[in-house]
Amino acid sequence: MSGIIGKKVGMTSLYNDAGKIVPCTVIQAGPCVVTQIKTKESDGYEAVQLGYDEKKPKRTSKAMKGHFDKASSTPKKKLVEFRIFHEVKVGQTIDAGVFAEGEWVNVIGTSKGRGFQGVVRRHGFSGVGDATHGQHNRLRAPGSVGASSYPSRVFKGMRMAGQMGGKRIKALNLMVFKVYPEQNIIVVKGSVPGAKGSYLTIEKLWN
Amino acid sequence: MDLINFVEQAVNTAKEMPLFKSGDTITVHYKIIEGNKERIQQYQGVVLQRSGSGVKETFTVRKISNGVGVERIFPLYSPFVEKIEVNKRGVVRRARIFYLRGLKGKKARIKEKIY
Repeated sequence: MSGIIGKKVGMTSLYNDAGKIVPCTVIQAGPCVVTQIKTKESDGYEAVQLGYDEKKPKRTSKAMKGHFDKASSTPKKKLVEFRIFHEVKVGQTIDAGVFAEGEWVNVIGTSKGRGFQGVVRRHGFSGVGDATHGQHNRLRAPGSVGASSYPSRVFKGMRMAGQMGGKRIKALNLMVFKVYPEQNIIVVKGSVPGAKGSYLTIEKLWN
Repeated sequence: MDLINFVEQAVNTAKEMPLFKSGDTITVHYKIIEGNKERIQQYQGVVLQRSGSGVKETFTVRKISNGVGVERIFPLYSPFVEKIEVNKRGVVRRARIFYLRGLKGKKARIKEKIY
């Protein structure tokens, strides 16, 4: 497996070879630099660390500057570790060319934050049926959560109101529709978590 | 946004398309693939609206087929749209003429634009 770090650019519609419209997400993928290779001996686990997006040296701490100097790379904003990765060297550049059209990827991002939401929006509850017939202020209520004498408690994991979105989400098995290695653009079929301009991790599924 | 424009360049927008707007009567030559046979179907009606922009632009065509109103939405740059012919230019005052759906018979006529 290999992967890359990118940024969501936005969505559009394109035509496939059969002439059908395909909803697509455009991702600015890379170029990334291998900033560190972690090994079992020195770090206790194996991983490849990639860096993406230029950062001003002025805004980089001295400790991080030292870290980037080791890979003879300029400071980067986003660092991501990949536990399984094909063979690379520290300082090597990885660009969108690692992807091929028609292959499958997973895309990881942070979903858009929706704030504190009730059960109707957060979990798709249908709310209480009637707005009239004596009904009063219970329209979007969750209903009973713990019943009466049995079980007389609320089960763990009961779906309730709370923070929605702003979580790490992995979109599985998206098809790579187009690759433009010169511009470092990949276009995947379907939608991807997060807002425009947010960071994404793209995992290549096979080899 | 520039990168999206770059990706959309892949769509062939250079195809020759006549100018048409809502109220016009047009014939759409639409390619249909059945198994491995290809044929062209013609669909003639009044344009209700043009919607969207750039490569995502679509248009809606309404016609009365056997007494039943039929509406089809075509993507403007679809490779299946072989050709668009403008048969009549209509005089309408708005860009989206949905009021036509509620009209029948003589009332559903649109005045022709004469140059």
